[in-house]
Amino acid sequence: MISLAGRDIMHAWGKFVFTGVGLGLLIGVTLSMAGIYRGMVDDAKVLLDNSGADLWVVQQDTLGPYAEPSSIYEDTWRSIAGMAGVARVANVTYLTMQVRQGQRDVRTMVTGITAGQPGTPGWPPYLVAGRQITRGHYEAVADIAAGFALGDRLQIRRNHYTVVGLTRRMVSSGGDPMIFIPLKDAQEAQFLKDNDAIHQQRRRTTANPAFNRPGSPDLLAAVIASQSSNPYVNAVLVQVKKGHDHEKVAAEIRRWQRLTVYTRSQMEEILVGKLIATSAKQIGMFLVILSIVSAAIVAFIIYTLTLGKIREIAVLKLIGTRNRTIAGLIMQQAIALGVIGFVVGKITATLLMAPIFPKYVLLEPMDSVKGFVAVVVICILASLVAIRAALKVDPAEAIGG
Amino acid sequence: MKPFPLQKSTLAILAILIPLLALFVYVALRSGPLAPVPVILTTVEDKAISPALFGIGTVEARYTYKIGPTFSGRLQRLDVQVGDQVKAGQLLGDMDPVDLDQRIRAQDAARQRAKAQLEEAKARHSYARKEAQRYQELLAARSTSEEVASAKEQELQITAAGLQAAQEELSRATAEGRALVAQRTNLQLVAPVAGLVAARHADPGTTLVAGQAVVEIIDPLTLWVNVRIDQTQAQGLAADLPAQIVLRSQRGTSRAGRVLRIEPLADVVTEEMLAKVVFTELPEPLPPVGELAEVTIALPPLAPGPVLPNAAIQRRQGSLGVWQVIKGELHFSKVTLGTADLDGLVQVREGVQTGDQVILYSTNALHDRSRIDVVEELPGIEP
Repeated sequence: MISLAGRDIMHAWGKFVFTGVGLGLLIGVTLSMAGIYRGMVDDAKVLLDNSGADLWVVQQDTLGPYAEPSSIYEDTWRSIAGMAGVARVANVTYLTMQVRQGQRDVRTMVTGITAGQPGTPGWPPYLVAGRQITRGHYEAVADIAAGFALGDRLQIRRNHYTVVGLTRRMVSSGGDPMIFIPLKDAQEAQFLKDNDAIHQQRRRTTANPAFNRPGSPDLLAAVIASQSSNPYVNAVLVQVKKGHDHEKVAAEIRRWQRLTVYTRSQMEEILVGKLIATSAKQIGMFLVILSIVSAAIVAFIIYTLTLGKIREIAVLKLIGTRNRTIAGLIMQQAIALGVIGFVVGKITATLLMAPIFPKYVLLEPMDSVKGFVAVVVICILASLVAIRAALKVDPAEAIGG
Repeated sequence: MKPFPLQKSTLAILAILIPLLALFVYVALRSGPLAPVPVILTTVEDKAISPALFGIGTVEARYTYKIGPTFSGRLQRLDVQVGDQVKAGQLLGDMDPVDLDQRIRAQDAARQRAKAQLEEAKARHSYARKEAQRYQELLAARSTSEEVASAKEQELQITAAGLQAAQEELSRATAEGRALVAQRTNLQLVAPVAGLVAARHADPGTTLVAGQAVVEIIDPLTLWVNVRIDQTQAQGLAADLPAQIVLRSQRGTSRAGRVLRIEPLADVVTEEMLAKVVFTELPEPLPPVGELAEVTIALPPLAPGPVLPNAAIQRRQGSLGVWQVIKGELHFSKVTLGTADLDGLVQVREGVQTGDQVILYSTNALHDRSRIDVVEELPGIEP
């Protein structure tokens, strides 16, 4: 038994394959768009994973530290460390800023991590090169997405840092690569003003007669010193002891420390539900439109392919071919086209499209499976319309009626 | 004739479809969450590490002399500028004496007057003594009454007392004169030691309160670095350890030094230990006081033992450990860590032995069921 569909494809295989490839590129774009959407959500989740925290203690009534600014006194950790159920605490600061290296600058999220050993909350959980920070100052671990290499010197505010380690997939919820530096340096970068601002502030203070009294010459120096101190951090990361309920520990801290505490699920809700909600919806809506347009194009292509063969179908009818055979021919071709399109689409999305995006593109296997099912269903539906047109054709057309 | 083109086209379409399918299978299995995680392995080595401490500090002078008046007043002149070398005892400036010179002159006159009064008292006393002696002789010869002789005796005693009063008055006037001179000298600003003028806070004409510093003198030979080291990383900090000092203005030049002492008081607010580190040889030119310096303090080397790079250490479910590959299976081994050095090596007390293979780097977080792919170089990363 010779497959009629196969014979027909062989007859004009070049046209068929090229149509399939074209369709594939379209499907590839749709898959990439789904990947971009998944990547955005994943960026938010890895940020939480990488912090290694079970609870986030932030300034009262803020959505900090990622979605809103938050600052708490740097010695707050001491009283939290003493609470029941708390295994480890660590101060942390986050600051999104441009980091300079020579002439180039990169948008990054600078993270200040507490001195300690690997495994401390806030530290990068794994590296791809180099080592973790060992000195209390002027060392940095950077994400490879920032484009730094080991040994590079980069500038954050007025200090220079040596890159000693590299990470991968350590990004902020906005997809900016993270740079880890010691906490004390990060506090300085975050709260210390630039030199000009400090200079002007000193001048203003000096000009203020309340601070610059002839009778008490030391007062001015004391006031200026107190203006330049920075005893704040953005959040305290807490790891909960095994066997303790996260929500209960959080409630204790909320009650006794008068601070706002978020658990992992609440934080995810803030990041995914609030911080990236609008941009995720934007991408999601685009994905929906793109999917509808792709479906329509696939349907049109199959329909026109069938109409292009209307004369041959008429001939088939004329020689008495059964309707089922003709319907099978069209549907098999449609499904073959869909399969080729999907295969090409998956390959291009993975190998060609995903790597060139600046932000992370996450192509989930389940999305691909769903995409495959959708493509096949669309092809079958489109072929039904084409079959209807083919069956209605008058056999007389075969002889030029 | 017919079968040939058919075969050719079948071949052609197979030539396209088969590689496409192969590529698809490769893509589906080798990318995304299903792909194995590329990892780099390292071996636990038996090595002696030399731990070190790292801190930053500022250059400070051990002794700072703040020189100023002990009375409120106006600065009359100041002869030294910042950067001047001064000798011990050198006159730096003067406070305005206002009326002090005139008072010294008045006191001098008062002293002269007291001196004259003393002469007068001496003359009276000497006359009274002679008279008393004469009447004593006359009384012995019974030529005068006892009453007159005792009156003369009384006069002698009175003039003696007057003489003593005049002498004391002269001492008082002299001492008061000296006091005024001392006060006058006190208005001079004098360098207590040889040193360098580090600051000049006032210019002539400025009114100063008592105790306000006019110039600050430091002894440049006693510069040290006040180093702050985080308390969690200060284990082993002790006096006399060798140190390397890098001044912020001279990056790349490291200078030898040693820890002079550990401050008994740590900083409560910044959670840092404080130590003083002195230069073995003072840099030339001298670093300015207040310059930032990075200090690395070398601790004595430890006995050889199993060591690991700190990049291999991860925390999982609350405990520190490393990922080991045992018979192709991933296994998380808990470890107890010892001392670490600044190059990222850390001693392992328990958990793994020398020669064990552990995962150093991975491109993703690992789980118990992660598939791994041991590679020499991670994709996309320059070694």
